[in-house]
Amino acid sequence: MTAIQETAHESEHAQDHHHDHPAWLAHHFDDAEQQFDAGKLGMWLFLVTEVLFFSGMFCAYSLYRNRDPEVFEFCSRFLNEKLGAINTGVLLFSSLTMAWAVRAAQLKQHKLLVGMLGATLGCAAMFLGVKAVEYSHKWELGLLPGKFYVSQIPGAAHGEHGYLGSLCIVPLILTIIAGVYYIYSLATMSKFHQKVAGPILVAGACFFGGVQLGRILEAEETTHHAAEHAAHEHAPGTSHDHSQDHSAGELLPEKEGGEVIALGHKSIEDVKVMAEELKTPDASVNQKSMAGLFFSIYYCMTGIHAVHIIGGMLVITWLIVKAAREEFHDQYFGPVDNVGLYWHLVDFIWIYLFPLLYLIT
Amino acid sequence: MSVADRPIVSPASGDGSTYPEHHFLNHTSGFLSWALTLDHKRIGLMYLVGVMSSFALGGMFALMIRLHLWNFKDGWLSNQTYNQVFTLHGAIMVFLFIIPSVPAALGNFLLPIMLGTKDVAFPRLNLGSFYLWVTGLVLFLTALSITGLDTGWTFYTPYSIETQKGGAVLAATFGVFVLGFSSIFTGLNFIVTINTMRPPGMTWFRMPLFLWATYATSIIQVLATPVLGITVLLLSAERLLGIGIFDPKLNGDPVTFQHFFWFYSHPAVYIMILPAMGIISELMSVHCHKGIFGYRMIAYSSIAIALFGFLVWGHHMFTSGMADVTTIVFSALTFTVSIPSAIKVFNWLGTMYQGTVSLNTPMLYALAFIFLFTIGGLTGLPLGALALDMHLHDTYFVVAHFHYVMMGGTLVAFLGGLFHWWPKMTGKMFNETFGMISATIVFVGFNLTFLPQFVLGTRGMPRRYATYLEEFQDLHRLSTIGSLTLGIGLLVALLVLLHSLFYGRRAPTNPWGGATLEWVCSSPPPHDNFATAPTVGDPYDFNGIEYDAKQGGYVKKS
Repeated sequence: MTAIQETAHESEHAQDHHHDHPAWLAHHFDDAEQQFDAGKLGMWLFLVTEVLFFSGMFCAYSLYRNRDPEVFEFCSRFLNEKLGAINTGVLLFSSLTMAWAVRAAQLKQHKLLVGMLGATLGCAAMFLGVKAVEYSHKWELGLLPGKFYVSQIPGAAHGEHGYLGSLCIVPLILTIIAGVYYIYSLATMSKFHQKVAGPILVAGACFFGGVQLGRILEAEETTHHAAEHAAHEHAPGTSHDHSQDHSAGELLPEKEGGEVIALGHKSIEDVKVMAEELKTPDASVNQKSMAGLFFSIYYCMTGIHAVHIIGGMLVITWLIVKAAREEFHDQYFGPVDNVGLYWHLVDFIWIYLFPLLYLIT
Repeated sequence: MSVADRPIVSPASGDGSTYPEHHFLNHTSGFLSWALTLDHKRIGLMYLVGVMSSFALGGMFALMIRLHLWNFKDGWLSNQTYNQVFTLHGAIMVFLFIIPSVPAALGNFLLPIMLGTKDVAFPRLNLGSFYLWVTGLVLFLTALSITGLDTGWTFYTPYSIETQKGGAVLAATFGVFVLGFSSIFTGLNFIVTINTMRPPGMTWFRMPLFLWATYATSIIQVLATPVLGITVLLLSAERLLGIGIFDPKLNGDPVTFQHFFWFYSHPAVYIMILPAMGIISELMSVHCHKGIFGYRMIAYSSIAIALFGFLVWGHHMFTSGMADVTTIVFSALTFTVSIPSAIKVFNWLGTMYQGTVSLNTPMLYALAFIFLFTIGGLTGLPLGALALDMHLHDTYFVVAHFHYVMMGGTLVAFLGGLFHWWPKMTGKMFNETFGMISATIVFVGFNLTFLPQFVLGTRGMPRRYATYLEEFQDLHRLSTIGSLTLGIGLLVALLVLLHSLFYGRRAPTNPWGGATLEWVCSSPPPHDNFATAPTVGDPYDFNGIEYDAKQGGYVKKS
């Protein structure tokens, strides 16, 4: 090849790469549309694999629920549907903010995009905060998977084991780091770093907000149970001797006795059923070889769902960095769109988990 | 100006063949240029080295098994070690070799070139898949070195829950989990690439059949592997936390594990064989210099196998305890899979009819494939029949059957494909005579190893036993002699390929006379494959492709 030909080749090449291929278009794609289509199809396929991944557990759920429905009904009572409902709401709201973020990316509303991604991140953190309270509370009660399940005795004393504290360690460290980063961004007056650090710091705060919210609701539930318990004890026709169970802990009936009147009639009945079931011999499900299986499924499903939430938070953080650099525009918003799809799926799976686990009684 | 802009093809000195001065192998150099490469060709070659090493390891375990079985008792391994050896043989061969062999190694190299694109849709994900594969390999080696896994490659509960080798089970199941994701991402990448990046003129029915087979394989990889992922994850949780889902003591159900496991692992059988069938479709057509017979039927049958493959997992469990009706349904569905497989075999034979057969190394391997795969497929039918399976389940008949399909099928096709595309990958021609000798030894050795095992199985020799009755000793010895012959054949094949790297003559662009796109770009291909997407026509139109003695290969005469 002669020098002239080579130069021609070079200029052609230069044109090829610099004219048709802006930085956001990978070199092996012909145009923005092809890149977008490839990304979108890839994400949909990935979502298919995610659905199949969860389908194994949904299969196990339906098999065992079909075989031992009484185990599922019994155990589901230990799940706090208020916390579940709040988390459902939080996730639904985060889907809204995520969808809004996609629109903002398309319309080049960079500030709004960072805000919406931040809101989504915050909701995710809040979800995990509430989840942390739920998990730690169950661990304290001995509601553990499989062979670790502890048979439940009504009104038994449960000490604080500090599980919640341990669960909060990593989020606390991350929040502190985000705080330091935010201060650094203020000190250097860097708009970019402020846009990144702000949402992350808010998300950290949201986690602890979630924890606080969860604790309030969980405490209410406990109080409420204990109170009903007291009412139940004094009700005519039931003569179980529970007094030895009330020796210590948060379940002291005397303390909460005054609140009984405030509670509805229905919930008192609920607790009656529960206390009876726990005491009657045919409540044979209250043992590790029965109830343990429900909690195995509960922890596997919600645990792996939580891992997906954490994964989602990581990619949303990556999007925030890109959004703070104002990289997205009407030709290039694939990443936001695709992470949005993923986020909706994670939300969607929770929409199934919530009724299947919390609302079966 | 980057190095990529140098002339792609220039006349080489001496033999007058076209040999590129600049290609993907010397595009950049240094360790990191390979370790961090996003080039599908380099990733394919790294996979190739990886899967071949795994194959060597698994093959060594196979020889250990065969040597142990030389005498009917007091073999040279302890019973405990024997268990570990057959487990690792199975696990390494299945998860580290066969599943990634054709799609990840050859597929990665060929798919974008056959499609006329610069790369797969997600090059970073592709590299990520490779490193996931490496991680899986490391975890397997960990399982091997800590205590040795002894559950069988299937990890059946309750063995896997109760075995003392807990750490090994955890490492291996996590390895399987990671390898599963490697496989999923490869499949996802291929589906997206084929769907969105075909060049102008390449409609679905103008794709090379290798791509159809890869596409069908990818569908299975994407749809089946996640279920294996969750299964092994639950198994790890079972070991770590005693969650009891598969443990009858905690009200779990071990048969559920088998259902979950085979829901993946049966379709996985088609992950192993479908790409091999794709290779054979290419080899048959190119080396017979004749358009493929029944193109559409071969393409459809690949998809049909992929779909039917999802419905037959129960035939691994006829003796595990299922309702009678369920077993009958699974048995009936199993027979349906034989239809698309048979369609392919008839079409390959139809392609050879009145073709101009070049009897060279790839073609010999392809012929061996058809012979061995047919035996493997036909012996599957008695296993799918309920009454016979009761007798043959877990005997050497099953062992021989799946080795005829997996090894006689996939491995032989893989070798055929490797010899076929070797000039394209490395730019070097191998020694044809020794290549053909290797194919012959492999074919003879293979049959000598596994034909006696059919007889052993029907006479009641159970699989996985470390000792056996004296009456089986002669057949076992025949099988062991066969396995050593097979080993020698494979060694010859390896030496032929290695020899070609150093002493082989330079490969022409189109040494065999193929009409698909990979034979249009130079051997080895340039870094970016094609400067612009080529326009393509029928991949099996051999009109005008003629041998040119000056180039030592075929050229398109218009």
